[in-house]
Amino acid sequence: MNEAMDLKYVGTRPVRPDGTEKVTGKADYGADISRPGMVHGVVLRSPHAHAQINGIDASEALALEGVYAVVTVDDFPQRDTISINRRRYFEQIIAGGKVLYHGHPVAAVAAKSADLAQRAAALIRVDYTVLPAVLDVQAAMADDAPILHDDLYTDGVNPPPKGPSNISQVTRISKGDVQAGFSEADIVVERRFVTPMVHQGYIEPHACMADAHADGRVSLWCSSQGHFGIRDMAALVLGMDTGDIRVVPQEIGGGFGGKTIVYLEPLAIRLSQKAGRPVKMVMTREEVFRATGPASGTINTVKIGAKDDGTLTALHADLVYEAGAFPGSSPLGAGAMCIFAPYDVANVRVDGREVVANKPRVAAYRAPGAPQAAFAGESVLDELAQQLDMDPMDLRLKNAAKKGTEAAYGPRFKDIGFVECLEAAKSHPHYQQALKENQGRGVAAGFWFNGGNNSSAEVHVAESGMIQVVEGNPDIGGSRASMALMAAETLQVPYERIRVRVGDTDSTGFCNTTGGSRTTFATGMAVITACEDVVAQLKQRAALTWGIDADQVDWIDGEARPMPGVNADLEPIPLAKLARKFPQTGGPISARASLNAQGPGPSFAVNLCDVEVDPETGATTVLRFTAIQDAGRAVHPDYVEGQMQGGAVQGIGWALNEEYIFDDNGVMENAGFLDYRIPVASDLPMIDTQIIEVHNDTHPYGVRGVGEAPIVPPLAAVGNAVSRAVGKRIDELPLSPPRVLALIDSAE
Amino acid sequence: MRYESPATTKEAVALLSKEKGPAFVIAGGTDLLVRMKSGLVEPALLVDVKRIPAMTTIKVMQTGFRVGAAVSGAELGAHKALGKAWPGVVEATNLIGSDQIQGRCTMVGNLCNASPAADSVPALIAAGAKAAIVGKQGRRTAAVEKIITGPGSTSLAKGEVIEALTLPKSSRRTGDAYLRFTPRTEMDIAVVGVGISMTLERGIIKKARVCLGAVAPTPILVPAAADTIIGTKLDDAALAALAAACSDACDPIDDKRGTAAYRIRVAGVLARRVATIAFQRAGGAA
Repeated sequence: MNEAMDLKYVGTRPVRPDGTEKVTGKADYGADISRPGMVHGVVLRSPHAHAQINGIDASEALALEGVYAVVTVDDFPQRDTISINRRRYFEQIIAGGKVLYHGHPVAAVAAKSADLAQRAAALIRVDYTVLPAVLDVQAAMADDAPILHDDLYTDGVNPPPKGPSNISQVTRISKGDVQAGFSEADIVVERRFVTPMVHQGYIEPHACMADAHADGRVSLWCSSQGHFGIRDMAALVLGMDTGDIRVVPQEIGGGFGGKTIVYLEPLAIRLSQKAGRPVKMVMTREEVFRATGPASGTINTVKIGAKDDGTLTALHADLVYEAGAFPGSSPLGAGAMCIFAPYDVANVRVDGREVVANKPRVAAYRAPGAPQAAFAGESVLDELAQQLDMDPMDLRLKNAAKKGTEAAYGPRFKDIGFVECLEAAKSHPHYQQALKENQGRGVAAGFWFNGGNNSSAEVHVAESGMIQVVEGNPDIGGSRASMALMAAETLQVPYERIRVRVGDTDSTGFCNTTGGSRTTFATGMAVITACEDVVAQLKQRAALTWGIDADQVDWIDGEARPMPGVNADLEPIPLAKLARKFPQTGGPISARASLNAQGPGPSFAVNLCDVEVDPETGATTVLRFTAIQDAGRAVHPDYVEGQMQGGAVQGIGWALNEEYIFDDNGVMENAGFLDYRIPVASDLPMIDTQIIEVHNDTHPYGVRGVGEAPIVPPLAAVGNAVSRAVGKRIDELPLSPPRVLALIDSAE
Repeated sequence: MRYESPATTKEAVALLSKEKGPAFVIAGGTDLLVRMKSGLVEPALLVDVKRIPAMTTIKVMQTGFRVGAAVSGAELGAHKALGKAWPGVVEATNLIGSDQIQGRCTMVGNLCNASPAADSVPALIAAGAKAAIVGKQGRRTAAVEKIITGPGSTSLAKGEVIEALTLPKSSRRTGDAYLRFTPRTEMDIAVVGVGISMTLERGIIKKARVCLGAVAPTPILVPAAADTIIGTKLDDAALAALAAACSDACDPIDDKRGTAAYRIRVAGVLARRVATIAFQRAGGAA
């Protein structure tokens, strides 16, 4: 039905509603909020990667004039009563008996200025017994490795382990019989890949302000990917009722998964409660790097068997994901499910291990877990294509998942657009362009599930006919514009007449965090459902005015019209008139919808990447990059393309230069954007995009999430391009110039 | 912290000489402010030199150019005569930071910050630039290669300031160039930098100066490398000898920005490329 639908607003590219405020610097981000009487909070962080805390003495700090409060783990008494998994989460916020990474919060101070708070923090005496740190995943898995958590027993092994381990979980996905598959194969390719810990690199550091009220309730202003989630996590850490915390969403300067969890917020609230004043906390860039969510470093081995004609007979992956200091935080499961999802192969097995080490706790990063796994899988496929002397696009087309394919991780795909993406890539002019010496072209594909989950929205018709949409997801990637377009489409009202507001947790219905590329799909569905209700009400008001039945009224182009043949003498009634007359027709016109959105269609992406490698320096230049992706339907194509370009750029950075560099003591050596090298504009060509639209029938307009699939293929696309340019296979990221030069020099 | 903005170099010298605590000259502040914000330095006195006329102008003289200590990278880049005479020096300076930084940063600041990786310094040394220094004892002149004595340290005495840098007059047969290697195209710090200037006579290199950056505690002038190309038409053998001499002169460290082995190798690669550009600029035939 979607194919035939003629849409007027969805698919257009109007200016985003929040654009003017943002480009003029007026929009309020996390650090922009202030209150009378406000004081400043800072965090005292561990100087050790692994140490026992014997005692904390804050008396000197508290004696300074202008210091209002110090909090330590003792200020969170419920720590001892919560479950072990919740306690691990809790201890990321403030260390309990041990510090587990360099930068781990130990205490927080509130004082009249941030400078004074810093000076006070330096006066807090912490008595540590330094413990040997585990900084390397391989070392962490060794039998004699120092143990991070005495109570951590490997989950998922049978029989259950007798002693604690740094391997926190073992998983397996299996379909068919891989041994049989490999014995059927004419050719088998296997390779082991290493990827480093990387950061999301959002521009806005974490920031919040908490104000504890006299009645025990708390208000919290912060930028996040989901203020309802922040509320719930803060309540958990603080032992408060969620209903007693109101979270007001500020504008967000990038999150990419890294702002789905709390760091400062519970500390700011407790400080505010103790100080009796509003407390603002803003991280420095250095703190962001040392103590907020990196993506897992990984060691992944992939083995693929194929027939001479390119038919894949068996896929096997062994994945090892770093969790950082706390178990259960890595996206191992998603990586395991995504790695082979694009392919229809009878025999598949993925084994996975999650490992803890004395590094910051990992957090979600855009398609969490998938880019690292796809890097390994898509690199081996490329090597296989070379060994078969087969076009890498043809190899993928031959084995591509289609409607009806049963993915190894369980579900049977409905309408998906992977073949369409591959065909578009194959016929793209980019794929035909000739290459010169020292240049190479990489091809890679990627998959992301996309999420549904819980969303709410309300729609109010103002007296003027202006439409007010209120929903509960922060606007990260242009969601106000997308919601306005879907509302405009459903109501048949011009985009400019729609206002979209992101409500705080006390003033609108629950919405899950913006993550899993769910918001345009799920919150969009809520907006559409509420708008459909409004249309029904408007028809009813018109029917009442005309004295006919509501089912004899059409809603077309923003006005009520009698259905053809009902009564030719009735003049259409436009929205504005119905809106103005609301007191006479039954009161204010508004509707709301709350739903658990089912059936988010997965998204597939295919990348083409051309590079040139300087054979004398090992420097890689990305010459041309084309991202192709199934968006289901692009509600606002600019922002779909923006997601594709942004994901490509982050993936290129991950492939070429980004990495956490730790010294022997577990101290990150490049905790700043000078030496943590995300790409700058001059590093990249214009990222070309091509949107494929294979509609997702569970959404009224055919939408699929688009935010995450774009970062899945680029690591392998760049890696495959470099491998082909230098004629040797790369197996470790980042492709920094010294590493590439060493590869060129290597004997392989 | 006191902030002063005197109108003459003499006053600046007097202020800096008298101050007992940590005293700093500030021009663009693009290094100093970062160090202050990160807590590395806590100045008792800042002397802003941007109101001193002798420091804010570029003078074209009979003997060459005189570039004031507070002249920004952007101003330098817009000076046509200087860009024509010493393109390597101007290009090196314009590599520092971003457009915003270029509006503030200065060559003298880059020099006095005394980083081994300073971009403008190898180009200045290759060009034979000199520093006009003012102190309590009066004026003196020193070659730029005599200023930096180690990472973060200079040969300037307490109270001494560099008022300007002078560059010699450049002939049609002189060419200079600077290239650096960085993983990113901009907003980065040199892993290796090479500045070369040369003067030709009848197509043959008569004089040359080669300076390497980021491969030793200070930028290093390498006469042995210059000797490999003097008397040649920069043929392949000369280029190979130059590369080898530059690699030999390196005394780098392993750090987060590059390994010692990589720096040594790339120093030779860049030297060949820089010499080729300088040779062409000097009118040499390929």
